[in-house]
Amino acid sequence: MVNMVDASPQVAENISAAEVPEVELYHPKSYWTKYIFSQDAKVIAIQYSGTAIAIGLVALVLSWLIRLQLGFPGTFDFITPEAYYQFITMHGMIMVVYLLTALFLGGFGNYLIPLMVGARDMVFPYANMLSFWIYLLAVLVLVVSFFAPGGPTGAGWTLYPPQAIMSGTPGGQQMGIILMLVSLILFIIGFTMGGLNYVVTVLQGRTRGMTLMRMPLTVWGIFTATVMALLAFPALIVAAVMMLFDRLLSTSFFMPALVEFGEQLEYGGGSPILFQHLFWFFGHPEVYIVALPAFGIVSDLISTHARKNIFGYRMMVWAIVGIGAMSFIVWAHHMYVSGMDPYFGFFFATTTLIIAVPTAIKVYNWVLTLWRGDIHLNVPMLFAIGFIVTFVNGGLTGLFLGNVVVDVPLSDTMFVVAHFHMVMGVAPIMVIMGAIYHWYPKVTGRMTIDWMGRFHFWVTFVGSYLIFFPMHYVGLVGVPRRYPELGDATFVTDSLHTLNAFISVAALIVGFAQLVFLFNLFWSLRHGKEAGGNPWRATTLEWQTSETPPIHGNFGKELPIVYRWSYDYSVPGAPEDFIAQNDPGPTKEEAAR
Amino acid sequence: MIAVLIFLAIVFSIGGWWLSRQRLMSKPWLEPGFAGVAPGTEAINLPANKVGLGVFLAVVGALFALFISAYFMRTELPDWRNIPMPRIIWLNTGLLVLASAALHCAVVAVRAKQLRALKLDLLACIATTLMFLFGQGMAWETLTAEGYFATSSPAYSFFLMLTGVHGIHIIGGLFVLTRTTRHAWTQTNNAALRASTELCATYWHFMLLVWCVVVVVLAGWANDFVDICRQLLPLG
Ligand code: HEM
Ligand SMILES: [Cu+2]
Repeated sequence: MVNMVDASPQVAENISAAEVPEVELYHPKSYWTKYIFSQDAKVIAIQYSGTAIAIGLVALVLSWLIRLQLGFPGTFDFITPEAYYQFITMHGMIMVVYLLTALFLGGFGNYLIPLMVGARDMVFPYANMLSFWIYLLAVLVLVVSFFAPGGPTGAGWTLYPPQAIMSGTPGGQQMGIILMLVSLILFIIGFTMGGLNYVVTVLQGRTRGMTLMRMPLTVWGIFTATVMALLAFPALIVAAVMMLFDRLLSTSFFMPALVEFGEQLEYGGGSPILFQHLFWFFGHPEVYIVALPAFGIVSDLISTHARKNIFGYRMMVWAIVGIGAMSFIVWAHHMYVSGMDPYFGFFFATTTLIIAVPTAIKVYNWVLTLWRGDIHLNVPMLFAIGFIVTFVNGGLTGLFLGNVVVDVPLSDTMFVVAHFHMVMGVAPIMVIMGAIYHWYPKVTGRMTIDWMGRFHFWVTFVGSYLIFFPMHYVGLVGVPRRYPELGDATFVTDSLHTLNAFISVAALIVGFAQLVFLFNLFWSLRHGKEAGGNPWRATTLEWQTSETPPIHGNFGKELPIVYRWSYDYSVPGAPEDFIAQNDPGPTKEEAAR
Repeated sequence: MIAVLIFLAIVFSIGGWWLSRQRLMSKPWLEPGFAGVAPGTEAINLPANKVGLGVFLAVVGALFALFISAYFMRTELPDWRNIPMPRIIWLNTGLLVLASAALHCAVVAVRAKQLRALKLDLLACIATTLMFLFGQGMAWETLTAEGYFATSSPAYSFFLMLTGVHGIHIIGGLFVLTRTTRHAWTQTNNAALRASTELCATYWHFMLLVWCVVVVVLAGWANDFVDICRQLLPLG
């Protein structure tokens, strides 16, 4: 038998104390510090998630409006072309930044990191609290822009100049774009405060025995994504600051010489391409910022619900880190049609295809984990499998689009919209839902209502396919993206109109199924079955807390000590089909017998 | 994007070096530990707030590297004209060096438990830093007086933006430094005082480094170097 992990020598003062006297556990004194201005990562997690889901619902409603216009053009008077642009812009930006990023890192990161690595809380709780409040402020500024004169910006979620700050674009010469940029800057400042916490808690806050290679993949995913976000978001700040300068001080960072309504504008000499570089230097890593936490979480869901250790744990860790690093040198595949040097395009097509390799390895490993597993088709597992299918689907079209020659004709068509919704819209959302069903019992102490969960899954999964699968075809035929109406082009046939209407109906149905999900979450708070501490019989530390939901300080007086990795499922000879990470297992004598 | 790629290469090398010592090749499924033995966590051997500051400085570094990347991409365009550096910049650089030196002395003092010297050094740092900020404002004045405007000269816009963002970081640092200074009077806990002094010192040294890079860039001394990099790696 291999003996103890050889731990590198440590100065004990830099490891958190395993045991603390009762007085040192931070007990909030009033309702306000307990639930509102709380410094407890778990409360902050709920605050983050609630805010993200609330603003996400706005984006969902916007997607209905978009689809109503596309499916039944001309029927709804209030959806003017300007309004349509505002809808798609706000829909895209909210979904990507304010929902997915905030929910994965601020929500799941806050809840799971301290519990999973065996820490009492984040290392800088005060900054963590500030992080949420600044995020909330960013969301409010965004909401205010809906009511500002001229409405929110309609520049597209990519905010490309010069159009973003010109009078032809909704909000361009009004408050819309300014509020958008300010909101993004606030978001990033808030995120940085939280992000420092997530990273340093993983680095320094782990409990005894929790070496890096014993961490659950969820933590690896969130950790790597946070590091990436900390390095990538500054690019968005730089782009936003420079655009604010252009808009407010009439500098010409991005703005070329322009004539508007026969009048020469003050601008001259700037480069819109410069903005694109900055934007996509953030934008591509952003795709993986939402994908890596999803990868990590889905690995844990699959392993737990298939009662099998994750296949190729080391490879999974390397792939996460490798993808994280690689994703910083592929940004220009979003700019193939910007008139760049062909060698430049060749370089980026190559890196794009290379990054697909570790991604594919992860997919194989998930499938191999399922292979001959003791698969329990619980609701979280359904969503995990739904994720794999959708992700493979979107990933394959991504391989096509990564090639310059294929991308050039497809760029800016609905094919691209279908691709990125599969891979970074539906797939991560599937994981989020699976994860909510999975951890809900820990957060609230109760199970969700099973049949509602299953109903929610099937409608969402089948429905998403009905929306986005035909959308590929719509794009192949040549329908461009970001067009509120198709007009009378020859390729627009009657059947295309029917198909568009069909997609829209499917979108409405999927949207309403989400209400069942929300209802389930609220209903189960009171009426769900009591869950007990570890309903899925999982190994990781968050399921081993003495109380459910865990109290402040997470683990009571004594921190758990970790003796094994996080995937000891179905170990031969073990009394149960899982061994918790803090289970010392048989003593030396017993093992020797 | 040369500048930021160079910066990332540095950050990734540090990260990779650290990761390479994390037993990533180990097979955790073969290594259960036994009861009674509490293994370490393999955490970095530093207090959390120092690690935190390190990570934060990496973020600040990325921010400036990106601004500088944008700068070099903008210089490529035909309307670019360099602007003369106002001479007060050199004075300001000197002030920032003094501020950094004062904080260095403060760290020495707090380690030697010399409270009086510590107070003096902290005050000196605050004073020189405030003078630096004032000097930066004068630099803006000078350029405006010479007829440069944000609208007419992209080089001036960059000057304004880079010095401005650097200034904001210095002001943020000043808030923390003032708190530390207040603690030097009110607090008796030397360990806490020492920790916050050391953190401030690291931050100031780093911002001095950033400032030097910004000056080198704005003065145009790095142009040849960037041209060479561009030829090796034509990535924007
Ligand atoms: C409820 C399901 C959803 C539906 C029915 C839907 C539908 C749409 C439609 C029709 C467009 C506009 C296409 C165009 O005319 O250019 C769009 C744009 C977009 N969506 Fe979604 N979407 C959904 C969920 C999501 C999610 C979860 C994400 C998160 C990644 C997302 C991200 C985006 C982005 C980034 C854009 C581009 C906005 C732009 O062009 O500026 N969507 N969506
Ligand atoms: Cu990309």
